[in-house]
Amino acid sequence: MPETARAPGAGCSPRGSSAAPVAFRAGALPRRWLSVPFGPMSVPAPNLCVVTSRHPDPAPPQLSGAQPGAVARPAPGPAADEGLARRLRALACTAPLHDLDVRKANLAGEYTVYAMAEVALAAIDLVTLNMDFDTGADHEQIVNRLLPRVAAQAPARPAAEHERVARWVLENLINVGSVDRGFRAVYGTFGPDGAYVRRDYDFKLVEEVPGPGGGVYLRTTDEAVNVLVGALDTDVTSAQIAAEVKLEVLISRGRLADAQLAAEQARYRTVQYSESLRRTLEATRRNVRAVDWLRTVPDMIAEALDHVADRYRHENAILTNIRRARDEAEDAEHKRRAAELVDIVKDCIRRHTQLQSRLLEAGPLFRAEQDRQAFAAPSARSGLDLYGQLLAPLLPLPVERALPVTDAFFARGTGLRTPAAVRLGDLTDLLLTPPAEREHLGAEMPEPDLVATPDDSRFSEEQLARAMELLDLPPDAPRRLSGLLAEARRHDPELPYLVALLAVHAASPPVGTAYRQGEQRLLFAVDDGTPLDDPEYGGADLVVGTALLDAAGMAADRTEAA
Amino acid sequence: MSEYRPDDGAWSAAAAADDRPADSADGPARSTGGGVTPADAADAARLVSYGLQPKLLPARDADYAELLRRHRDDPAFARIADAVATGLGLVVLEVSPRAGMALAAAEDSVFAVRMGDYARRANTDATDRFLHGLAHLAVAALAFPRPEDLADDGYIGRITVNGVDAFVRQACRRLEERAEARGENTDPASGAPGLEAAWRVWSRRSATGATKDARRLAGSTTGIVGKAVAFLTDSGFLQRTGDDAGGAYRTTPRYQLQVRDMAGSAAMAELLELGVVPVADGTPTLVPPDEGEDLVAGAGLPFHS
Repeated sequence: MPETARAPGAGCSPRGSSAAPVAFRAGALPRRWLSVPFGPMSVPAPNLCVVTSRHPDPAPPQLSGAQPGAVARPAPGPAADEGLARRLRALACTAPLHDLDVRKANLAGEYTVYAMAEVALAAIDLVTLNMDFDTGADHEQIVNRLLPRVAAQAPARPAAEHERVARWVLENLINVGSVDRGFRAVYGTFGPDGAYVRRDYDFKLVEEVPGPGGGVYLRTTDEAVNVLVGALDTDVTSAQIAAEVKLEVLISRGRLADAQLAAEQARYRTVQYSESLRRTLEATRRNVRAVDWLRTVPDMIAEALDHVADRYRHENAILTNIRRARDEAEDAEHKRRAAELVDIVKDCIRRHTQLQSRLLEAGPLFRAEQDRQAFAAPSARSGLDLYGQLLAPLLPLPVERALPVTDAFFARGTGLRTPAAVRLGDLTDLLLTPPAEREHLGAEMPEPDLVATPDDSRFSEEQLARAMELLDLPPDAPRRLSGLLAEARRHDPELPYLVALLAVHAASPPVGTAYRQGEQRLLFAVDDGTPLDDPEYGGADLVVGTALLDAAGMAADRTEAA
Repeated sequence: MSEYRPDDGAWSAAAAADDRPADSADGPARSTGGGVTPADAADAARLVSYGLQPKLLPARDADYAELLRRHRDDPAFARIADAVATGLGLVVLEVSPRAGMALAAAEDSVFAVRMGDYARRANTDATDRFLHGLAHLAVAALAFPRPEDLADDGYIGRITVNGVDAFVRQACRRLEERAEARGENTDPASGAPGLEAAWRVWSRRSATGATKDARRLAGSTTGIVGKAVAFLTDSGFLQRTGDDAGGAYRTTPRYQLQVRDMAGSAAMAELLELGVVPVADGTPTLVPPDEGEDLVAGAGLPFHS
């Protein structure tokens, strides 16, 4: 029974076995990780797999205890181990998330109220969905969008603390502080000769990539997307198809809640698919000869175009169906969910369209590069092929062996530096010389001749304040414009004009802005058909009032919509 | 490596001027003739000192241009100048109006750049040391993507910092895909960092990272490449042309000489010593085997995007 020979520690051992083969190696981790005390049982982590337990010393393979008979048994070969290794790696990807909840107790301050893993998953969601074809997600934007969720977990805490938590989580997902900005897990496999080998698995969840404007953007890695979607180690295309079939079935049965979940999963898949195609196209653009333009790339492009066309048709059909579901649904909740679903599918279609335009650009790009590179007159001399003869053979070598080559290149390829030679006499002179007059600053700037511009505002600040005060109505007592105008006229003959303007403006209140900014209240005006009886102004006698907005509800809504 | 020893005067003299009479090639240190005056020696040393200022262009300095002309026309003077350079521990790569007196530091010369002075971390960390070296190699490989480009004196390479990083990453990704297709487990054994495949070291390092003062993260791969190109710019090998994609640069004739005549062959010799023979056996390279050596044509060249 070869399974048992390598089983202990492979899964979640309830006894917290001290000889877990999957353990984060202490030396490879940033200081922060080390702040957790070592020792097999010193971190009581009830919900954790052994993946997260730290085990600094490379203990010999766990042949002790549970499986005495396993010693004599021949170890299973690498083929049998492969699936296990893949699952161990997948398991390791979740470890940083669990670890956040373990380590929150060590932070200065009372942070146990926050569900860090939840915030982290939300952050990965946000980064994935804000990842565009070209760039990634903006760091600040992600923090801002995380805030409502963090705030909802501990509403009584100050906003600064919420922001600190959001930043902490995001930075830990990037793992700022380690030199690679990534994570490392150690797991064990049996080699072809039956020897047990511990291996390092390096992975990242959120990585930082350079953006077009010199900025730094965030991207979720494939590992993170897989952890997030929960479908580990699956084929992109087939998983997407499966997700969409599931969606269609769900919609036809009217189960919209599940349908939304499936649609979101389909969108994650779409993003992932775009990402892999983007990489291939990028390589194509850089490197004409290196890519097989005779067969592979045209096949790939044709396949991708087919895929886009197929998905486009498919998603349009879904869109039509959901729209119908949305319009026919009686239940308000169903209606809302269907509407959200429409947005998600629209987003999918948008991403596919983007992908398609990229695919169509690929052909002309290839031809232009072909012109430039292949049809130039050949050179008489032949030189060293730096890439093909040096760099490419170097990369597969182990670092130890590659080092002399790069050292040799460095020593002779960096040029020369003239060493500074100092005489003590010169140095003394230099140090005793008074600083030179700084004439290089140029001529003195003439004092700019500033003319005060006349204040041509129609109303003074004071008048505005007075008008706003007048319009600061209690929410339960709206007033007629005529009354407001009369009151304004008593204060100041100019004021009614301003009040009338503000009231007319309030007839079309900026609801969208108020929603986005999370305003508490909003001034509005409604025309109920009564004509305005006023000596100066004509029109409708508007009903002016204040509406209270549900700021917390809107914040929650925004988070969900994101 | 031995073919470029500093005392190999015949080589440096021959490389310096192809059209010189044949008798001048038998060693600059001896046979400088009887007509040499201290003034000639001073002029020769001045020419070498101009050569030591890599950013100085002959076209911008009349005295420099005049000395270069004298070097070309007066074999005796040329021999003194070459001897002065050799005595200082310098290798003369070329003496021409376009590159000026292109000098390279011989091994152990006071002018040589040491990795420890270049990056402090590289002293203690073999991984960082490798990454810095690889960055320089990658800059050269992308600046001269095809063998023709390296051979063609009129070629000007253009690179960007992000382009270099992306190009290496792409190569690493291919190796990763290849290893994956073969079903290899490329995770290195714990505690043996030296056995990790070179490509993994680069792909594992993050490409960039946010820092508090909005500078490039020094330990990231774009930070390492950025340091390399900044250093090469100081060496007069690159000229900055813009800020796109992390900084855009173009090559100078000196860089081409340095890579072609010094660095490329030295690294090649080391590689051969490792028993890796790059072309013959179709070992891992981006090229389809029948396409030969001109594979990465235009890789990452920024002006075609």
